Amino acid sequence: MTRLTTEEIRIGVIGAVVVALVALLPFFDNGFYLSLTVNIMLYAALCTAWTLFSGPTHYVSLATAAFFGIGTYAVGLGIDHLPFPVLVGVGAVAAALLAGIVGAATLRISGVYFVVFTLGLAELVRQLVSWSQSKFTGRMGLYVFTDIREMHILWMLLALTVVVFLTGWLINRSRLGFAMEIIGNDETVAKHSGIDTARAKILLFMISGAFIGIAGAIMAPRYAYIQPPSAFNPMISFLVVIMALLGGTKRLWGPLVGVIPFTILMDIVSSRFPNHTYIVMGIAFLAIVYLLPNGVTGRLEQLRERLRHRQPKPEAVSEEKPA
Amino acid sequence: MIRRTFLALAASAAALSFAGAASADTIKIGASAPKSGPLAGGAAMTHWPNVHMWVNEVNERGGLQVGDQQMQIELIEYDDQTSAETAIQNIQRLATQDQVDFLITPYSTGINVATAPMIAQYGYPHITTSAATDGVAEFAERWPNSFWMLGTATQLAEGAVQTLIKLRDNGDIGDTVALVHVADAFGLELVNAAKGELEEAGFEIVYEASYPLGTQDVAPIISGAAAANPDSFVAFSYPGDTFALTEQAQIQGLDVGAFYTGVGTAFPPYVGRFGAAAEGVLGIGGINVEDPKIADYIERHNASAGAGPDFWASATTYAGLQVLEQAIEAAGTIDRAEVIEAIKSGTFDTVIGEVTFENNVNPNVYTTGQWRDGVFVAVAADGLDVSAEPVRKEGWE
Repeated sequence: MTRLTTEEIRIGVIGAVVVALVALLPFFDNGFYLSLTVNIMLYAALCTAWTLFSGPTHYVSLATAAFFGIGTYAVGLGIDHLPFPVLVGVGAVAAALLAGIVGAATLRISGVYFVVFTLGLAELVRQLVSWSQSKFTGRMGLYVFTDIREMHILWMLLALTVVVFLTGWLINRSRLGFAMEIIGNDETVAKHSGIDTARAKILLFMISGAFIGIAGAIMAPRYAYIQPPSAFNPMISFLVVIMALLGGTKRLWGPLVGVIPFTILMDIVSSRFPNHTYIVMGIAFLAIVYLLPNGVTGRLEQLRERLRHRQPKPEAVSEEKPA
Repeated sequence: MIRRTFLALAASAAALSFAGAASADTIKIGASAPKSGPLAGGAAMTHWPNVHMWVNEVNERGGLQVGDQQMQIELIEYDDQTSAETAIQNIQRLATQDQVDFLITPYSTGINVATAPMIAQYGYPHITTSAATDGVAEFAERWPNSFWMLGTATQLAEGAVQTLIKLRDNGDIGDTVALVHVADAFGLELVNAAKGELEEAGFEIVYEASYPLGTQDVAPIISGAAAANPDSFVAFSYPGDTFALTEQAQIQGLDVGAFYTGVGTAFPPYVGRFGAAAEGVLGIGGINVEDPKIADYIERHNASAGAGPDFWASATTYAGLQVLEQAIEAAGTIDRAEVIEAIKSGTFDTVIGEVTFENNVNPNVYTTGQWRDGVFVAVAADGLDVSAEPVRKEGWE
């Protein structure tokens, strides 16, 4: 391992301060802002975990709801028998196994086939889970009643997001990260360089899936009543993609910049226009696409470029046109 | 130009949000229920029209009498998008940002259970009118501020079986039953309760099937049932599949003396869709047509919403609001703990009759109804009198 650069140390310190501030929030607000922050943290964790795989590979996965639901159901089915932390682990392993099987079957195909398959996957898993639940367990409604309160969920999601970030950072420094970079740029070149591309992609898909499964497990006590439509809600998959793209997927922190404004925007829209949520959301989407075609990170980089252009730098002009 | 339009939109949005400033003589009541998502249709039929009607009626008669003060209701409503996260956030917003005095129940079993801990934490009375599950006794114990008015799955299943027993005693049907259910918590609770009751009463289940939630094609279920040649057909279904099963039974001419479907049978659009073919169909719910209060309620609902109520949970939803209204007036205060006490100990005069809670659960409910001349008449109930006896279903014409 190489040593940390000053840049990395600076980001680490800023990150630690932000994490500490969020962690202290429950001591200052026990109401609405805590709830809002829980939702922001949930999507921050989900989008970052999603970007872990989809960022470098450019595979758009709509399977988030499948992994999320597996995690939720692990807790729902086992809460009467096993302690909660064990079930979170079970959820992670189950989601990773599912990702492994799916990855082995589909990651050799690419483009739109992968997207369509992952979309169907969430529905397939949902049907399998509810079928086997009624067939084998004989349990009806799954209730998860625990002592876990909102602040605990916030802390768990925060810790999860931090772990996802650290994992992403470690992967970027590892052989796997280097391999992913080459695969993302040109898969044929990667193959010819002797990289086992399928293995690398499956491994990364499993890591990403496991994190999403953990997020689902953490949310189970919040739902209290576990049903397939809420655990395997396809909206989760779509929202994650939209937020990640809004932020930009080139950097691991890109989705964060998308999640925070998006969740707050959704919240403002649904509280101000309760009868017209979808119309106003549609207008908001159009506005985002019109004003931010490259996501928030793209916009930030554009602004930085513009600032640099103000200072007289002759070589910057030639950057305008790609070779 | 376009940018300026967005700015103008944003400015008008901000202006709108400041429009609803409250005065001292108002009582703030918050409501969070689906206006979008999978349950929006059900809520638009059963939940929202009653909320709006109740608020308008109370305000027109001068408001709620709280002690020596007349208080107008200010309703603050949010869309929970049929999502538990959004619902929890809405409750938080209502409690801490809008600081409402009372809450109207969310819609559906799932969202009521998910929001119950939050509502309990803020000490609001939580009068649920859209959760029919066997868990109610446990929930009422867990959250002493919660009240459960729509009955239990077992009550509903018992009502269905009692109706079949009556028909058999009259010689209208024989012993064989086809039993179908949607494979989710609701369907499973009902079918398990019904099975025991049917076996005890000496019925023979000749066909049994389940289907996943959201199934579109139910033709194989009806043809499977028809092949078993049953005397009655019982399906514990949701609105979408209730309509689909009825349609297939009509197409295939399923020849049974009793045809029972679940949620949705009691919706006015059901009879609108099937017309005369709906005559004699049995289902969950029912109302007492003899009761002048119900007739008056239906008339007011028609005038207020431009459409009739459904013949099951609509009246219960309205009755839940009446309970809240009468409990606040009886307590003479907007202190939530005192209002909860008033609900626990009081007797309430509502459109579904006199309501008294036993351990926070309303034990008296209509369980089975039957379409008769365009009205869904109660033919079985628990703890209440019914004005009509079930009759044999005569074909699909």
